[in-house]
Amino acid sequence: MNVPTMAEMTAQGIQPDVLFWVGCAGSFDDRAKKITKAFVKILNKANVQFAVLGTEESCTGDPAKRAGNEFLFQMQAMTNIEVLNAYEVKKIVTACPHCFNTLKNEYPELGGKYEVLHHTEFLKSLLDEGKITIEGGKFKGKRITFHDPCYLGRANDVYEAPRLLIEKLQAEIVEMKRCKTNGLCCGAGGAQMFKDAEKGNKEINVERTEEALETKPNIIATGCPFCNTMITDGIKAKDQEHSVEVMDIAELIANAEDL
Amino acid sequence: MNYIDNIAFAILLIIGIGFFVKNSKKIVRNIKLGKNIDRSDLPKERFQNMLKIAFGQSKMVKRPIAGILHIIVYAGFIIINIEVLEIIIDGLFGTHRVFSVLGGFYSFLIGSFEILAFLVLASVIIFWMRRMVLQIPRFWNKEMKGWPKNDALNILYFEMVLMSLFLLMNATDNHFQNLNVGNPISQYIAILFQESSFITVNIIERTAWWLHIIGILIFLNYLYYSKHLHILLAFPNTYFANLKPQGQFTNLEAVTNEVKLMMDPSADPYAVPDENAAPPEKFGASDVADLNWVQLMNAYTCTECGRCTAACPANITGKELSPRAIMMKTRDRLEEVGKNIDKNGKFIDDGKQLLNDYITPEEIWACTSCNACVEECPVNIDPLSIIIDLRRYLVMEQSAAPQELNSMMTNIENNGAPWQYNQMDRLNWKDE
Repeated sequence: MNVPTMAEMTAQGIQPDVLFWVGCAGSFDDRAKKITKAFVKILNKANVQFAVLGTEESCTGDPAKRAGNEFLFQMQAMTNIEVLNAYEVKKIVTACPHCFNTLKNEYPELGGKYEVLHHTEFLKSLLDEGKITIEGGKFKGKRITFHDPCYLGRANDVYEAPRLLIEKLQAEIVEMKRCKTNGLCCGAGGAQMFKDAEKGNKEINVERTEEALETKPNIIATGCPFCNTMITDGIKAKDQEHSVEVMDIAELIANAEDL
Repeated sequence: MNYIDNIAFAILLIIGIGFFVKNSKKIVRNIKLGKNIDRSDLPKERFQNMLKIAFGQSKMVKRPIAGILHIIVYAGFIIINIEVLEIIIDGLFGTHRVFSVLGGFYSFLIGSFEILAFLVLASVIIFWMRRMVLQIPRFWNKEMKGWPKNDALNILYFEMVLMSLFLLMNATDNHFQNLNVGNPISQYIAILFQESSFITVNIIERTAWWLHIIGILIFLNYLYYSKHLHILLAFPNTYFANLKPQGQFTNLEAVTNEVKLMMDPSADPYAVPDENAAPPEKFGASDVADLNWVQLMNAYTCTECGRCTAACPANITGKELSPRAIMMKTRDRLEEVGKNIDKNGKFIDDGKQLLNDYITPEEIWACTSCNACVEECPVNIDPLSIIIDLRRYLVMEQSAAPQELNSMMTNIENNGAPWQYNQMDRLNWKDE
């Protein structure tokens, strides 16, 4: 797989068009790594000149900040900004809405000013520019429901790009009762991913998964590695893992073309 | 001529408004206990927001039934107040229906008021039924027991009585009924009094007139003690609300300075600290004075509708957290601090604070920071920002994060990821 790093590109004197910020989940989580690879396949197919930071990438600091540790967040942020600015990065794309939100909204004040795109927005722009074509392929006619990640939707008002991509697959979008601005969280945000939930009568991811299953989907699509984990767990809790798949938008597009 | 009525009216008006002004000053003082935050930027956007959200009720109609009923009550409140102006002039100068010189237009006005009053009455009765008969869950959460529940009902009863008095006043005004224009509703009530003597009807009319204006003055002063301040504060609250993307949390400047110093290779760790330097700022919030004034205004603005709580994923799944309760507790504590200042001239430590005594760590740690509460609030209150400020205090001042979060943060510090993986393995996926 062709995955150039910023260091390699710079050594060759090439300034890539866009930096792919992989994120911790995309780098280490087994499920999320598949999303990362699917996205890279599309980038390569579209001949996008991109690079990753590789071992020079570090956590954006998002979970630390949401947990209240502003110190750790800003240490991470400033370290990352030093690296990004040293490579004169102008444009960043990431498949993680948490990285996306932090890089886009919270880094500029600390000296990191970049154009930051979520991968669904980036894929839509590739489509608009004619660099990729999306055709139904094996998802044609499938019922797909899209779970809005909080940090993509409400936090940054990105609702249309992922839906437009699903439509291009000639799939049938079925909306959950709580969608778009009213979307229900998967339960992972605000650093909840890394701890057990407080005492209650239900897990949030089960509540959300039940709502998704009410739409009788073949596939539950997401645009966030953490939502993906939470809903995959929810599907297992509801014993539906053999009938419903949880997939990222990037995987849908890569798989439609059998990349 | 007999001036007793007019003098009594003037005194009543002065007491009613004076008392309200006195209490309003307390609210302003309490809000100013908050830290400074600059919201003077983008006046045009802010004004538009206020017009759209507060004046235009754009977020109310996201729930259409409650939204439309609310617009009726709100329009009634604003428009019928023109009638209150007439009552005040009549009361002070001994005139009767002074605006009736407007002729046909006056009939049109009063006629519209009557229809509105009737619609308001109907809406308020439906509101009451939603609470007490349908028992819509968000009105029955555990923070709505006792005073908050009675407060909400009191307001509904107030409005029912005020609207009824207005219609009764018109129905028993013989001169007005004889004109028989502008009385689309009250003419049907007037039928009830056809058999009564002229004097009886006149007494009822005067009584209704006085009770109506006394009721309004009482209601005005009830606001201070109730959750109903939103009728005034919704406007500044939407004006000064956050305009940045909801996902953007503030970067603490005090932290930025320290981190920059830490990362500066030329910084001298042994340098003698500047004697004139301000003492290091407290990180995060543990009490109301650590919050900013917009957050405190949010607390006074909250009308406890519970849309936030009904949308909160933590609350839906039975956790302790309720964003509405966060706002209510913040206000309760702020009022306690205010009373402390009233009594002592300045705040004397009472051994209590917002964190722990009002809001528990269990509540704050249940939040997923999903912004559903912020999105839902019809007047742009931001409970999430308070939750995060309390977390910041717990973590940075007290190192009191849940153990699992401490592990996550240690991992980020040591290997740049929330899990225990080596940073050198970050690109391994490429070859797997």
